[in-house]
Amino acid sequence: MGALVLAAEAAHGAPDFPILTAVVLTPVVGSILVALISKRRPEIAKQAAVLFALATAGLSIGILALFKTHDAGFQLVDHHGWIADPTISWTLGVDGISLWLVVLTGILFPIAMLGAPPHHDDKPFYAWLLLLEAGCLGAFLSLDTFLFFLFFEIVLVPMYFLISGWGYDLRKYAATKFFLYTMFGSAFMLVGTIATAYLHAKGGPVTFDLRTLAEGQDIISKTTGRWLFLSFAIAFAVKVPLFPFHTWLPDAHTQAPTAGSVILAGVMLKLGTYGFLRFGLYLFPEAAVWAAPGMVTLGVIGIVYGAVCATMQKDLKRIIAYSSVAHLGFIALGTFSLTTQGLQGGVFQMVAHGITTGALFMLCGFIYERRHTYKLEHLNGLQKPAPILAAVFTVVMLASIGLPGLNGFVGEFVILQGSFLTRRWWTVVAVTGVILAALYLLWAYQRVFHGTPDDDNAKVGDLKLGEGLAIAPLVAIIVIMGVYPKPIFDRIQPAVDRLVRHVEDNSDYRQPKVADEGEKVVPEDERRHEGEPSEGHDAEGAHAGADQEGGN
Amino acid sequence: MLFAAAPEKLQTPGVEFSALLPVLILLGGAVLLMVLGALLPRRSRFPWHACFAMATAGAPIISAIPLWFRTRDDGPLRVVADAVRVDGLTVFLGIVIASGVILTCLLADGYLRRERLEGPEAYVLLLLSAAGGVIMAGANDLMVIFLGLEILSIAVYVLAGIHVRRARSGEAALKYFVLGAFSSAFLLYGIALVYGATGTTNLTGIRSYLATNILTNDITLLAGFALLLVGLGFKVAAAPFHAWTPDVYDGSPSPVVAYMASGVKTAGFAAILRVFVYGFSSYQTDWKPIVYVVAVITLLVGSVLAVSQTNVKRMLAYSSISHAGFILVGVQAATERGTRAVLFYLATYTFTVAGSFGVATIVGRTGDNAHALSDYKGLAKRAPLLAFAFLVFLLAQAGVPFTSGFLAKFYVLGAAVDSRSFWLALVAMLSSVISAFVYLRVVLTMYGEDAEDGAPTFTVPAGARIALVASVVATIGLGIIPGPLWDATKTAVRGDGVVATTVDTPTQASSGG
Repeated sequence: MGALVLAAEAAHGAPDFPILTAVVLTPVVGSILVALISKRRPEIAKQAAVLFALATAGLSIGILALFKTHDAGFQLVDHHGWIADPTISWTLGVDGISLWLVVLTGILFPIAMLGAPPHHDDKPFYAWLLLLEAGCLGAFLSLDTFLFFLFFEIVLVPMYFLISGWGYDLRKYAATKFFLYTMFGSAFMLVGTIATAYLHAKGGPVTFDLRTLAEGQDIISKTTGRWLFLSFAIAFAVKVPLFPFHTWLPDAHTQAPTAGSVILAGVMLKLGTYGFLRFGLYLFPEAAVWAAPGMVTLGVIGIVYGAVCATMQKDLKRIIAYSSVAHLGFIALGTFSLTTQGLQGGVFQMVAHGITTGALFMLCGFIYERRHTYKLEHLNGLQKPAPILAAVFTVVMLASIGLPGLNGFVGEFVILQGSFLTRRWWTVVAVTGVILAALYLLWAYQRVFHGTPDDDNAKVGDLKLGEGLAIAPLVAIIVIMGVYPKPIFDRIQPAVDRLVRHVEDNSDYRQPKVADEGEKVVPEDERRHEGEPSEGHDAEGAHAGADQEGGN
Repeated sequence: MLFAAAPEKLQTPGVEFSALLPVLILLGGAVLLMVLGALLPRRSRFPWHACFAMATAGAPIISAIPLWFRTRDDGPLRVVADAVRVDGLTVFLGIVIASGVILTCLLADGYLRRERLEGPEAYVLLLLSAAGGVIMAGANDLMVIFLGLEILSIAVYVLAGIHVRRARSGEAALKYFVLGAFSSAFLLYGIALVYGATGTTNLTGIRSYLATNILTNDITLLAGFALLLVGLGFKVAAAPFHAWTPDVYDGSPSPVVAYMASGVKTAGFAAILRVFVYGFSSYQTDWKPIVYVVAVITLLVGSVLAVSQTNVKRMLAYSSISHAGFILVGVQAATERGTRAVLFYLATYTFTVAGSFGVATIVGRTGDNAHALSDYKGLAKRAPLLAFAFLVFLLAQAGVPFTSGFLAKFYVLGAAVDSRSFWLALVAMLSSVISAFVYLRVVLTMYGEDAEDGAPTFTVPAGARIALVASVVATIGLGIIPGPLWDATKTAVRGDGVVATTVDTPTQASSGG
């Protein structure tokens, strides 16, 4: 099947304009140019940076336009040799899974630049931000495990400088913690990456090409594959972050400047969840099936733990940080439910969470601009002096809670739908996370916006035009994704289907057969009758569970 | 009668001088510089001494180019009765050592002027030491290794103490000398034991002897291995023979440290490759576990002890120990890939570490004493380009992608994984995470903290500027385009020089010894 896809790609022919390379290199060029701008003209730095970020956004939209909706394989593949021995190549490609993350990255960066400018040293700030964008895009597009590692690791440097240079009081501690935690995970992944390639080569030429490695599943033994999977999983679990590797996240988020938080939550955490799909499920399908119960459990613990912690926080940013832990737990749950719906929902939720949490952090930044604090005890009654800000906050917050009609609901609903097929009781526990989300976010909203403002809070100004323009696209996307998610799912589905088939082909796992939205049972499944789907689910779920236990 | 038989003509081996040209140039240049030093003014505006030394160090690089192609096409040249082997490895490491010397000269010029120490001595010693290093890189006989090591070391002992008005410098020289002499004794005793066990000091001879004979009692031989490892481990600052490193690095003049961490280390690893990977290849199962353990200890000692340092030079000293551990990981693989990784590591590390100590040279200011972490506060504001250069070197040492340091680690780990040393690779990576903390501390101090009032700004001398720019370019350039260097390492290890799988027959001269 892989060969077929490759052949199909060859038939399409490489596009004339290497748009994927362009989208990665544009911010790099921008970053270098911004860094070279004269110190005496700091105002140009912002304009140039935004210009490059917008150009990148344009290119990412261009990718969306060129993307063939029903093609499951990697599209627009751009391949250049780089290092001959071992074979490392500059191979970029996009499929339904990475497409939306690329678009998300493209959109979120200019918005973060416009909506959350730094208070000092504009030039390096924008240069680092552009470099960060290049790293994120490169990681999402890499089809070479080595190249992926390069990008995965390089994003630490700009983010480290953004946190340590423009953050709040404990920024140095938070930046160092962030860097070391992530690097700790990456240490395992680098050894895993190298080991995968060398073991796969069996003494022959070594290649890091993702597709070659993923299609040759029977070369690496089951046990070795599981060890390798774990080495990758540690890196991704730190990045996501999954419980118990999450402790860097609240510190990093709280101390990062607003733009840093927006990007960290919106884009960088997705590197981990994306990694699980691309380098967990795709590269080690058998091991992913084997590890699924554990990963789902960690995801569910993350959901509940993140929500409980968020409820306890006294700092607005920390609440949102912990809510990220909870939301990303949902994505982990969806991914390792190993069902089409779960994966689809997971990918959708990655984008939705990026937009929603990005917007939330930006709104927090707006509040900080006015009050110079994130402490809930110092904030109250903001609704009176700043009604528009309160309204926007309400919409975004409700999206984060998962109100139907907004994007958070769609993602979580599809994830839970998918995970219910294979992990019923885990799903039941996970649903409590949705309830807790309503609790902590509404409570936070109540404390910040309701009541009578005291003297300090009464003087707060409402949303400025610039701020409004920066946040408006995000609110629009939140609503559009919530009301009409079909175009997004249409593009995600073929790739996800292919990925699930890939997992099935290479393990004894079989997905319970159920049609979308619970309409009809798939006809060719002779073991099940129409009209009693729930029994069928049950039997199938138990079957899958038994398989995995047997695998242990 | 006493003269009945015609006196046997003394057999002297033929010497192919063209193959020894790099060594001869360095030695000749050193002697010439000594003479010229008497004629040239000690203090002058134009850096005569440094320029002459650089030209002398540059000449072997040029003379090595024809040798490179010759050894590539015709195989290794065995010179002086097979005591010296000029092959790709010799040429490669010779160029690396000479590059280290050039960078050191560039740094030393400004330093010596600043410290009022002008004169030819430092350069003469540097060239002599480099000659020793190149001899070690080409040695095919344990005696020649010892010879090279002594030429290299004695010059460096003096260099460590060349800052005559600074007590710490003298202390460093004394410590280095006493411990170094001690380690030389170990090495010599090791050579004696190996000679006792195999009947030859020629590495090719040892190799074929061990491959064709099974020793009924190999205690002598193993003891010889151990002592050799101690002696050479000392030179490359491998734990547990590292104790001198922080003190000596801290006390010695900063440009000299740049040479110690690049040139001396390179020569030491050249000898380790020759002795263990080549000479004792049939005893791999015996020495590999030992090197494995030494590598683990070195990695952990280097990275963990660096954390508690507050002096940047001591930090860099411990980090250089940790890097020695990484290189040992490549040695431990004992494969072609491993040796290539070692060569790549040494070549890239030379630039990174010379650049790092170059920054330390400048920030150290007159007196060479301002090496506390607090002296780096706000460096990004005071000297943005200098801080940026240091940032590049530190990130490279931490192994951040798109720097040469990352690829060096990548190749070493690849070799380790290829020879199934997964846990060693993991320990190496985790130790590099610990090291990263150290580098980040320096970066934070430079970029995150404001300078104290009245903190000096720096003027970077022209020579140091060239050295730093060259190092930054090499560090980033090799991080993006490693292909040519990596291919060169392939040529360097080709032939039977280092990792031959078949045992070649020893030449008459050596086995007869």
